[in-house]
Amino acid sequence: MSRLLDVRALTKRFPVRGSARWVHAVDDVSFTIERGESVGLVGESGCGKSTLVRLVTRLLEPTDGRIVFAGRDVGVIPPARFTHAPERRLIQMVFQDPADSLNPRFTAFDTIAEPLRRLGTPAPRAAVAGHVDELADLVGLPRELLGRFPHQLSGGQQQRVGIARAIALRPSLLVLDEPTSALDVSVQAMILHLLADLRERLGMSYLFVSHDLNVVRLLTDRVLVMYLGRIVESGRSEDVFDRPAHPYTRALMSAVPALETGTRRARIPLVGEPQSPIDPAPTVCRFHGRCPDGVERCTREMPVLRAGPAADHLAACHFGFAVGAPAQGSSTISPLASAVERPVARTAARRSGGQCAENSHGHPAGG
Amino acid sequence: MVAGSVPLLSVEDLSVEFRTRDGVVRALERVGFSIGRGETVGIVGESGSGKSVTAFTVLGLLPPAARVTSGRAVFGGLDLLTASPGQLLEYRGRELSMIFQSPRTALNPIRPVGRQIADVLERHANIPRAKRRDRVLELLARVQIPDPERRYHAYPFELSGGMCQRVMIALAVACSPALLIADEPTTGLDVTTQAGILDLLGDLSRTAGMATIMISHDLAVVAERCDRIVVMHAGHVVEQAPARALFARPRHPYTARLIASTPRAGAKLADLAPIPGAVPDLRGETTPCRYRTRCERAVSVCDEPPLPRDETAPGHVVACRRPL
Repeated sequence: MSRLLDVRALTKRFPVRGSARWVHAVDDVSFTIERGESVGLVGESGCGKSTLVRLVTRLLEPTDGRIVFAGRDVGVIPPARFTHAPERRLIQMVFQDPADSLNPRFTAFDTIAEPLRRLGTPAPRAAVAGHVDELADLVGLPRELLGRFPHQLSGGQQQRVGIARAIALRPSLLVLDEPTSALDVSVQAMILHLLADLRERLGMSYLFVSHDLNVVRLLTDRVLVMYLGRIVESGRSEDVFDRPAHPYTRALMSAVPALETGTRRARIPLVGEPQSPIDPAPTVCRFHGRCPDGVERCTREMPVLRAGPAADHLAACHFGFAVGAPAQGSSTISPLASAVERPVARTAARRSGGQCAENSHGHPAGG
Repeated sequence: MVAGSVPLLSVEDLSVEFRTRDGVVRALERVGFSIGRGETVGIVGESGSGKSVTAFTVLGLLPPAARVTSGRAVFGGLDLLTASPGQLLEYRGRELSMIFQSPRTALNPIRPVGRQIADVLERHANIPRAKRRDRVLELLARVQIPDPERRYHAYPFELSGGMCQRVMIALAVACSPALLIADEPTTGLDVTTQAGILDLLGDLSRTAGMATIMISHDLAVVAERCDRIVVMHAGHVVEQAPARALFARPRHPYTARLIASTPRAGAKLADLAPIPGAVPDLRGETTPCRYRTRCERAVSVCDEPPLPRDETAPGHVVACRRPL
């Protein structure tokens, strides 16, 4: 797999009106997406997921950092000019609520044809119509529904139109923002199968944003966990879901309701109020105050992403991989097992309790 | 519910129609269930299955286009469906309470939340004006809103979704109702917030002996929190059973399909099976079994009325000719 998207130290701050303060919506976020890879992005509302998505889809100007897409830094292109960039057609999005994101005055046909007309290569009317028919077949939308307006379609059909619109230009990266949260479970299952099938057939990469962890797990190879503007944990989905290392991830997992009655996991409640995203202290762990494991050190030193025993599994916690790793794990801090061999230098730095000199991407820490 | 005791609310044979431009929609047909004191009952089903209509009917909040064509909803000896508007006003808010799906739209946007709770107390509780504020602060603290003094004066837009839902709950439980109807109380909230809200509802019902009807499209939510579950499809109750029995051995094909389409931890995408077809059109005449067209087990006998209601085990009732 080659690299499709490389986001480096991306930061977005919004000014607070009437003051010299800033909301740190996205703070020093780095991640990559390979070609054909599906990456999940989870976190609670207000954690900066949407801002990050809007930065990646180039609807917002980043404050700092780089967004390298297919080898070119697209972060420097102003959002207004991005419409004309060749990358514009390669990054497409499926929105949360299909009823809200479809133009109520456009038929399904018009909605799907719109990106072809706007961004596609100029083609005669009949060719566009043929293309729309093909897309309808691809997403399983009966062709006879193409003449209908959104209010004449069911939720599942509406979302198929939204997906057809997004894949019309054969994007390399499809950003899916809670694509099934407005749908019934029965319909959700159909749309999830469709998305998995389309990714395989068209070789797209996904950035899958959702707060439903069970759904994220089904559709992603890797997952990023965000908390208050920062990525606090990332790794292969099975590693993060089976062995969450960050206390926030563990609390998140434990809050997911289980279908099996009586087998409920011990829930880790999040106590206290989250920190304010307005000018948060740079040396305090963002999760401090709600963290069940927080100690004094967490107020002195912002933890950076560090590797654990599994490949690519990173967590931004001083005690991340030291704590009893499974989701049911207790909150007692056990001495670091010698199983952590791989990242020798970093493990050593952590053992000695010293400041870790670099984060996972080689940038200076504490930025 | 303890066998033999009088249920708190008993809904029997309830049918509701809506007159629309495209004909009469039979939104509920012979719906029946009951709930005992302190019990938590979940109502689940896809959108359009009649979950909310059931709740609105019980509370007498149906729009003018709706008509109750049959049935009773007996609460504390009173049939809510034939009660006078004046009687209902005395019950609603005091004995019977409801929390709505989107708290931000259900709250008054231009009135501080503390005042909104005080309004309920003024109307329904016998508390002198001077004591009302203290009682409101007590309620806000009880639903775990940090810093109640400050939040008393907050407007809904200043609070997060989870906080607004806590305010809604404070409002609903202000007069210690015997029955709370929670219509999708956590839809749209984060999982961590959802867990907190559900814990709170559970605590309130345990400590105050409050019965709760929890309406949800999320099977996992009701699986965890309810004693008994009522599964609805297209205006019918297709199955009801104790939570454990329902998930251990669903008898109605629809229930089994619903369970199979819910993503669970550790499952593969291949395990996730969608439900074929859609909720049928309820305009005009409908088939005796409304799941007929979606059902893979359907046979010709399924077309013969009436829809069966077989008690296959104590408390486990299934409306199917060919149960699993």
